[in-house]
Amino acid sequence: MLMNMLKSFLLPLAVLLSPVAAIAAAPAPSVPAAPAPSVPAATVAADAAPAKTADAAAAPKSMDGSLPGYTPMKPTQGIGMPVDKQMDFQEQFSDNGTYAKWINNAILLPIIVAISLFVLLLLMWIIVRFRKAANPVPSKTTHNTFIEVVWTLVPVLILLGIAYPSLDLLAKQFKPAGAGAVTIKATGYQWYWGYTYPDHGGFEVVSNMLKEQSDVGKGERFRTDNDGPAQLAVDNRMVVPAGVELRIQTTASDVIHAFAVPSLWFKLDAVPGRLNEKTLKITKPGVYFGQCSELCGARHGFMPITVEALPPEKFAAWVKAKGGKMPVENAAAAPAAGAAGSAPAAKTAPAAAKPSAATPVTPTATPAPAAATPATN
Amino acid sequence: MTTIAANPADFHGSDHAHDADHKPAFFARWFMSTNHKDIGTLYLIFAIIAGIVGGGISGLMRWELAEPGIQHLTAWASMMKGSGATMDESYHMWNVLITAHGLIMVFFMVMPAIIGGFGNWFVPLMIGAPDMAFPRMNNVSFWLTAVAFIMLLGSSFVPGGTGLGAGTGWTVYAPLSTSGSVGPAVDMAIFSLHLAGAASILGAVNFITTIFNMRAPGMTLHKMPLFVWSVLVTAFLLLLALPVLAAAITMLLVDRNFGGAFFDAAAGGDPVLYQHLFWFFGHPEVYIMILPGFGIVSQIIATFSRKPVFGYLGMAYAMVAIGVVGFVVWAHHMFTTGMTVDMKMYFTAATMVIAVPTGIKIFSWIATMWGGSVSFKTPMVWAMGFIFMFTVGGVTGVVLANGGLDDNLHDTYYVVAHFHYVLSLGAVFSLFAGFYYWFGKMSGRHLSEALGHLHFWLFFIGVNVLFFPMHFLGNAGMPRRYPDYPEAFAYWNQVASTGYVIMGIGVLVFFANVIYAFAAGRRAEGNYWGEGATTLEWTLSSPPPFHQFETLPVIK
Repeated sequence: MLMNMLKSFLLPLAVLLSPVAAIAAAPAPSVPAAPAPSVPAATVAADAAPAKTADAAAAPKSMDGSLPGYTPMKPTQGIGMPVDKQMDFQEQFSDNGTYAKWINNAILLPIIVAISLFVLLLLMWIIVRFRKAANPVPSKTTHNTFIEVVWTLVPVLILLGIAYPSLDLLAKQFKPAGAGAVTIKATGYQWYWGYTYPDHGGFEVVSNMLKEQSDVGKGERFRTDNDGPAQLAVDNRMVVPAGVELRIQTTASDVIHAFAVPSLWFKLDAVPGRLNEKTLKITKPGVYFGQCSELCGARHGFMPITVEALPPEKFAAWVKAKGGKMPVENAAAAPAAGAAGSAPAAKTAPAAAKPSAATPVTPTATPAPAAATPATN
Repeated sequence: MTTIAANPADFHGSDHAHDADHKPAFFARWFMSTNHKDIGTLYLIFAIIAGIVGGGISGLMRWELAEPGIQHLTAWASMMKGSGATMDESYHMWNVLITAHGLIMVFFMVMPAIIGGFGNWFVPLMIGAPDMAFPRMNNVSFWLTAVAFIMLLGSSFVPGGTGLGAGTGWTVYAPLSTSGSVGPAVDMAIFSLHLAGAASILGAVNFITTIFNMRAPGMTLHKMPLFVWSVLVTAFLLLLALPVLAAAITMLLVDRNFGGAFFDAAAGGDPVLYQHLFWFFGHPEVYIMILPGFGIVSQIIATFSRKPVFGYLGMAYAMVAIGVVGFVVWAHHMFTTGMTVDMKMYFTAATMVIAVPTGIKIFSWIATMWGGSVSFKTPMVWAMGFIFMFTVGGVTGVVLANGGLDDNLHDTYYVVAHFHYVLSLGAVFSLFAGFYYWFGKMSGRHLSEALGHLHFWLFFIGVNVLFFPMHFLGNAGMPRRYPDYPEAFAYWNQVASTGYVIMGIGVLVFFANVIYAFAAGRRAEGNYWGEGATTLEWTLSSPPPFHQFETLPVIK
């Protein structure tokens, strides 16, 4: 009897476990053949993805990312990047970011600290006043309708107070970009970013994390302080004009990534097969660093984002150096090219539409701004 | 005329088996158990083992994160692989660690301990029932959970894409979990979740049936102890949420193995659909982990204040409200996926609503203590620690509920801090509170009060040093799931890792306390907490007889 029950239990267990055992015992044939098993352990990201060479081939090889007519801006310490022992948000360089930071620091933070301290104070008072020694006979009160109504209604009022600026912020963040906005499409790859400029001829900037000097071979480019902090600096930055509305679009080619820059209060997932869009206006020229913010595989932690905001005329010089064309001369030079690829974004994107709506698109049709026509809900 | 009245003794080879405390032999008792208390004990032992594994993994993570750079990861990855690991395989190892930590702590530590362990032990005792409604199904639930755990651990030894094991995060987002992870590891992890999910659904059916049908005469729903209420609400959440997870991960299997395209945009599917399905389960799941903790804390606060719970009906229906609203807020986990402004506004507002019933619970606990005659035994200090820590975790939840603020905080360490305050300092504090409260009842031995208080203070200080600085890291922009970070994040990371060590010492004190109790602990009498402990389990001996309530108690 016992043996039968034992068998009836062990048999399914064995069946359940046998694939585990079989798989574990097998020599694991599909382990990806290590490309360089002899890589020394200390070389951090030594086998980082080789930068797509199309870009490098077009431009003359440069050790600091400079091009004819363009020298990368030197980042300012503490601006657009985290600083040592930081507790607060980074300084913000967009109006919505400034507003959002103010909502947190001026409204939410005081409220949540006050609530936490209030609860702590009540607990302390209970410890002092209602401990067994101080209050040997417990009261028998188990109801008090008035106070129960109070502690239901007061939180409701507090939440209504929070909801107003919170929803206002959302409305501002979703305000569509107006005429003259510059479209930039950020594409997440495993594990680097590509930035396409559909308004400027559709060239793509491929952006890889810069390695440290100790991790590269002789003659290869490595990170210097002009590029930015370690793990945040990239070889080719996403260069944008400051003070101009940007229509940031995100998508991905393999798995989900997220384009995030803390000092711009900007984070938008890059989802394969989808083109997300959000408006951003950077108030001041500068270099702003961010990191991929959706788990995307092994080197998720090593595909940073560097945004360099330039005054519009310097941005135009950079576009030229990249071999692109500014929208006006672009349209003049190729008037017959059609609206899809080359016309100024301002003319093709309906300003009334909600720009952040996710628009599923076929993966092949993404570069043109017209393909990003936002859903009208 | 023959007599047909059977004599019970005819059916028993030996007649020593007629007292209520007769126990089967070792193997039958522990491996084929149908006794709710034994199964509860098995669940608790299992959860402690899983907790050691999951907590050990977080120790590895804090060790690696203690300073910038990659210090140990390559060595661990090489150890798992058996030969030198590349940097990519080492980074993959990191993803395997974060995945395993999340899945183990959620599915194999908190849930088995709080529902399987305390739920099994004390729901029948508190409602005056002899056992659970379906004792053998109860046993199936436990062993499915155990096999699921072995499955998950096994997945770390088979290929999962870049390296060994499933490195998808506990959320298993497609397409990283489909086209992004080649090899059997993710399939094994999915099967593990299937088994754990099936076990939980069976358990939920069992609890609902037991609570609705097996209450002692006179115990109406509105007289049930709040712990039973909490398990009832939790069981409904499990029953409604887990099938959605099962469907979502089955669709992953189809995409992975049978050319399916549920989540493959190139073939007409949608990766974001997976996130909607996952979080439709995932958000109720966080209430599944915390609601029974609410119940435990309610029992403890009432016992040690020597007062009945303040606003009993409000407390019970606040849990029902949290359960119901918990089903319509899921997309606040997805604020950055590219939602419309209308969706973002709705999910912001709906999420904030949950703060109201949660506030009712916090203030009702305080009102229960108010005017009481409070003694600060170990379970009570854990329960009070729970109230404060859960408040801190709750208010940061209100911050994260704001879709506009989440544009910065999403997937940063602020989120890590938030959910560890509600889980590691919420659910886990309630688990320790329940353990200290009921250990004497379960084992018949007293734990040491002194060691219990020492454990509390080390753990309390440790987890706060560990998790509070993560708010700062999140504010400053440090993303989650990173094995390495820029120099600027070094300071708070080092502080956090120090906190882990303090917490770890606290856990060692806990184990010392358990060993002490079994080796030299005083015998526990039936109701060792005195007049404040009014629920039915305190009317029984400690430990209770193997079969209790053969004559049902009658509730006035």
